[in-house]
Amino acid sequence: MTLLSVESIDKSFGGVAAARDVGFSVERGEMVALIGPNGAGKSTVFNMIGGQLKPDRGRILLDDADITTASPQERFRRGVGRTFQVAQTFLSMSGIENVQMALISGHHQSRRLWQPARTLYREEAFALLECVGMVEAADRPCSTLAYGDVKRLELAIALAGEPKLLLMDEPTAGMALRERAALMDLVSTIAQDAKIGVLFTEHDMDVVFGHADRVLVLLRGRIIAAGSPEDVRNDPQVRQAYLGDSHALTRSV
Amino acid sequence: MAPMFRWLSLGLALALGVPAAQAQQAPIKIGEMNSYSKWAAFTVPYRNGWQLALDEINAKGGVLGRKLEIVSREDGATTGDATRVAEELVSREGVSFLFGSFLSNVGVAMADFANQKKIVYIAAEPLTDAITMAQGNRYTFRIRPNNYMQVGMLVEKAKASGAKRWAIVAPNYEYGQSAAEVFKRLIKERVPGAEIVAEQYPALGKIEAGATVSAIEQAKPDGIFNVLFGPDLTQFVREGNTRGLFEKKTILSLLTGEPEWLLPLKDEVPEGWTVTGYPWDEIAEPKHKAFVAAYRAKYNDTPRLGSLLGYMVVHMIRDTIERAGSVDTDALIKALENAKFDTIVGPVTMRGIDHQASMGAWTGKLVLKGAAGGMIDWTYNDGTPFMPSETEVKAVRKE
Amino acid sequence: MDLSFLVIQALNGLSSASSLFIAACGLTLVFGVTRIVNFAHGSLYMIGAYTAATLVPNLLEWSYGPVPFWLGILISALIVGLLGVVMEVLLLRRIYGAPELFQLLATFGVVLVVQDLVVQIFGPQDILGPRAPGLRAPVEILGRRFPSYELVLIAAGPLVLGFVWFILKRTRFGVLVRAATQDREMVAALGVNQALLFTGTLFLGAFLAGLGGALQVPRVAANNGMDLSIIAECFVVTVVGGMGSVPGAFLAALIIGQLQAFGILLFPKITLVVVFLLMAITLAIRPNGLFGRPEHFSGAHAIGIASHAPGRFNAIAVSALLVVLAALPLVADEYFLKVATEILILALFAFSLQLLIGVGGLVSFGHAAFFGLGAYGAALGVKWLGASMEGALPLAPLLAALGAMAVGALVVRLSGIYLAMMTLAAAQILYAVAFQWVEVTGGDNGLVGIWPSTWAAPRSVYYLVTLALTAGTMLLLKRIIDAPFGYALRAMRDSQARAEAIGLEPRTHRWLAFTLAGAAAGLAGGLYAFSRGSVDPTLLGIPTSVDALTMLLLGGIQTITGPIAGAAVLHTLRDQIMPLTAFWRLFLGLSIIGMVLIFPRGLIGTLRYWRQA
Ligand SMILES: Nc1ncnc2c1ncn2[C@@H]1O[C@H](COP(=O)(O)OP(=O)(O)OP(=O)(O)O)[C@@H](O)[C@H]1O
Ligand SMILES: [Mg+2]
Repeated sequence: MTLLSVESIDKSFGGVAAARDVGFSVERGEMVALIGPNGAGKSTVFNMIGGQLKPDRGRILLDDADITTASPQERFRRGVGRTFQVAQTFLSMSGIENVQMALISGHHQSRRLWQPARTLYREEAFALLECVGMVEAADRPCSTLAYGDVKRLELAIALAGEPKLLLMDEPTAGMALRERAALMDLVSTIAQDAKIGVLFTEHDMDVVFGHADRVLVLLRGRIIAAGSPEDVRNDPQVRQAYLGDSHALTRSV
Repeated sequence: MAPMFRWLSLGLALALGVPAAQAQQAPIKIGEMNSYSKWAAFTVPYRNGWQLALDEINAKGGVLGRKLEIVSREDGATTGDATRVAEELVSREGVSFLFGSFLSNVGVAMADFANQKKIVYIAAEPLTDAITMAQGNRYTFRIRPNNYMQVGMLVEKAKASGAKRWAIVAPNYEYGQSAAEVFKRLIKERVPGAEIVAEQYPALGKIEAGATVSAIEQAKPDGIFNVLFGPDLTQFVREGNTRGLFEKKTILSLLTGEPEWLLPLKDEVPEGWTVTGYPWDEIAEPKHKAFVAAYRAKYNDTPRLGSLLGYMVVHMIRDTIERAGSVDTDALIKALENAKFDTIVGPVTMRGIDHQASMGAWTGKLVLKGAAGGMIDWTYNDGTPFMPSETEVKAVRKE
Repeated sequence: MDLSFLVIQALNGLSSASSLFIAACGLTLVFGVTRIVNFAHGSLYMIGAYTAATLVPNLLEWSYGPVPFWLGILISALIVGLLGVVMEVLLLRRIYGAPELFQLLATFGVVLVVQDLVVQIFGPQDILGPRAPGLRAPVEILGRRFPSYELVLIAAGPLVLGFVWFILKRTRFGVLVRAATQDREMVAALGVNQALLFTGTLFLGAFLAGLGGALQVPRVAANNGMDLSIIAECFVVTVVGGMGSVPGAFLAALIIGQLQAFGILLFPKITLVVVFLLMAITLAIRPNGLFGRPEHFSGAHAIGIASHAPGRFNAIAVSALLVVLAALPLVADEYFLKVATEILILALFAFSLQLLIGVGGLVSFGHAAFFGLGAYGAALGVKWLGASMEGALPLAPLLAALGAMAVGALVVRLSGIYLAMMTLAAAQILYAVAFQWVEVTGGDNGLVGIWPSTWAAPRSVYYLVTLALTAGTMLLLKRIIDAPFGYALRAMRDSQARAEAIGLEPRTHRWLAFTLAGAAAGLAGGLYAFSRGSVDPTLLGIPTSVDALTMLLLGGIQTITGPIAGAAVLHTLRDQIMPLTAFWRLFLGLSIIGMVLIFPRGLIGTLRYWRQA
């Protein structure tokens, strides 16, 4: 059974066609990268899979169930977890509370009125923070964390829902080079262990070619190439698309 | 703070052995409260009135050998603030009783407060019947002729006019509604064949004057009973004048002859309307003339009806204290009930069953006098015949 | 009904629509560019009317004719325009980045200040302005007389629309205004002189407000109630039209004008509530008004309560405070206890609002609705069910909770300023019901004789009852704020997208939050009714809502204890200062403005900030 299959979805904003006839699939345990220049429509595709946007046309299936019009909440319950391009965390809470919040919601406990929230699922949350290497930040207010740390925290939040599918919109933006590789190694391991399918976007081609099992290339809303990192790198159309920055594709060679 | 202060002063008094005689010389404190900020156009003339009376009384040595002192407060124009301020006057200032307030709802709340605290409250200005009828109580008294009485006076005029098809326009709040109710009832009782053909109740301060005038016109009434006042009235009068609404009709209008309302109308006064009001410049009674002269001399302004009420109420208070011989609440109530007062507008009786004074009102026609409006063909109607009957009072008062 | 009547009535509707549009159009322009809902817009309108009513007669005395008349109107509008500039430079400029709550409150502070100043400058009496020379006589339309000045007004609306359209489409200033309305960040990025753009917009907005007021002079006497009565309708026009949309405002004004003109034929009492009903219905169907676009509220706007490590100290401090408060009757006199009782009640009222604003980020501008419903719930229980205090008091939170459920269901789909406006509309509708339904609610006289049972009648006992109930409820609410429910509310406030992505349901939670906050405010209202013996519609009015917001602001919106301190300070000031001065509104208004500008963290927030810094 295919984990995620996206069937020719379209989205336009007024006159701008942000996604045109986009179709692809993601398998369990697979790392798929969606790349493309700025404004190509990557985040739009992510938002349609995450439920933040509704496609104008086409279908999205998760484990063969149609989730095209499902709310973000419903997708979460079905096993979609995600991070955002501009990290979305709860700034008024500490690091660990952010993760606890996700656990509380995942366990349908968010309407409890009595038990103090900070005592709930603290250990599980701590373990997740440990997993992304954020233990020191557990009791620091989220608003004081560096951006790279916020991104890692966001990953911990997304993992708290025990997703089958993890969507990561530019997960390493704002991180130092070495950190990036470390984070993506971690994601790879988790994906392998828990059989999570990961769809991510990245501008850093080292990260893309170093970690993706498959690469999709988006240009002006269309997928112009798909395949193994090797195939994609050698695709003339892709080279064309990245014309201004063609060494971006070769750097890691 | 305050209790401590009070203990201190008590201690001081004990220590120094203040002689009892000297304590008697202390002034009689009366609490007064009104909406001096929000309704200044009405309440400031009223304050001038009571201040004038107070000065006169104290110049003559006060009452019972003591001076009168009025502790005055802003009531915030809301019931919550008013009752709190009242409590402060009673429990901190130690006033013997209370008078004042302008808005009807504040008056009603004050009446209830007086009942709860068992302290006398004299409403000078509020018009709502409730104060002496349904919400009336042993401790509350009212000087001004109420809604019911003033409407009754106008209905007499309606009878004389011969108009049968009546339209009503009144602001949509208690005062307007209850005036309209009374009018509807009395006109049917007293004018055979009278009918109400149109009713308009614009929100207070938000009249759609053009639409209202057209709606009334459409019903083709031959008489209009108006309760609008203030900005709503100005707008209504201008629209009505331009559109000829008032031509060949009998117009009865509540309170419009009071200077408070006439002055802002300037030369737009709707001449020929029959109104209740206060022709202060034409009243020939020497005592009243003296009041007007003193008022003008002191404030360089002409009196309003509020000034008259403020002046009258303090003089009546003086008489009451003198007759009661003390400021004990029960004695005051006894001295007020069925008491006759000789006032500058003539004799006034405080009726015992409902604590409504028999002060009357002037009815007459509006006319332009120079740059502003005034009244002609006016008469002073003593309030007594217009008061609600004893059976009516007994039916609604809960005592 | 004959045709001529219908035509005349439609014309009447058009003329009030025109007047309303001119008054409201500046508000929507200013909002479009600055994102500030200017409460003081009505005050500018009122100043325009007063200025014209004073200035035009002087000009006419000098030379009678249409030219001096219209010149006077124009000069008045220009003067008000300049006042708008002053307001922008002194106040608005400093609060563009502030949360909506602060903006609304600061401009409401201006309303209060202007109210007292207008009485000082122009006197307390209404000022009737002159009629327009040459337009005194009516014209005959289908055999009915119609004032010619109203025809001029009917034309003035579209003229102003054309004028604004011209400015927006044909001038560089207009291009910038439109750009700013669509995307503020972009204009900032373009390196446009923002300060000048905003000042210019305020000038235009205030000019139009002043013009609206001045044009009314031949119809209405300038009076000191004009500001609040027009601002409510202006809000409705801008919200119904879609905030920032000038054509939307025009359409909304047309609808309202006709609704009023024909509505009064069927329901003669409808003027009080029709506009708010229209607003509620419009927002229920179109959450952004007729022509409005969805607002994007970035997280930067959401401020409020944050997590704090639980202090060991807190439990001891709370217990100590409770002991002190409970011992108060031993030393305080009756009056002191009355004021203390009211402070406790107001503290609970503000605290319940903190659950919505500080925790949930839901800026409710109509919290008085629930306080008032509670008070009426208790009072109606006493009056109509003959209940004792013990029986009637539970009705207070009950009725308020029911009301909050209904209001909450309407507002949870909305956000930001639309939410604030919808809660305001709900409160105004309830106000109208309490005002209008005389047989049940006693109308504006209200209901009296709502006193505690004999055992609770002594001030000291009632104070202790109040202390127990308010402190208990506040501790309960505090517990809820710290529980998953409160955390979830905060999560949605901090990041709606993240909250949804982890499966939280903002609408359900917010609806529950409204219900809880409503019930708590209702309990406060019920206690208030018994403490003073009466209820009346002012409890549901805008000033009561503003009181709650002021207490919150005063105490500090980021702290849980803020509202309590705010209630204590505001009520003490009101008690000490108001009875002695005719300038209470001036004082209060300046205090609010000062708080927003100087201590946006509030008293408690500032203290904590200093301690941590
Ligand atoms: N809410 C929106 N309204 C209007 N246009 C939008 C909206 N969201 C995206 N767009 C437009 O859609 C196109 C695709 O945007 P999107 O954010 O998906 O690109 P992206 O590939 O994620 O770019 P980046 O690498 O910069 O993140 C862009 O032209 C963008 O301007
Ligand atoms: Mg993107």
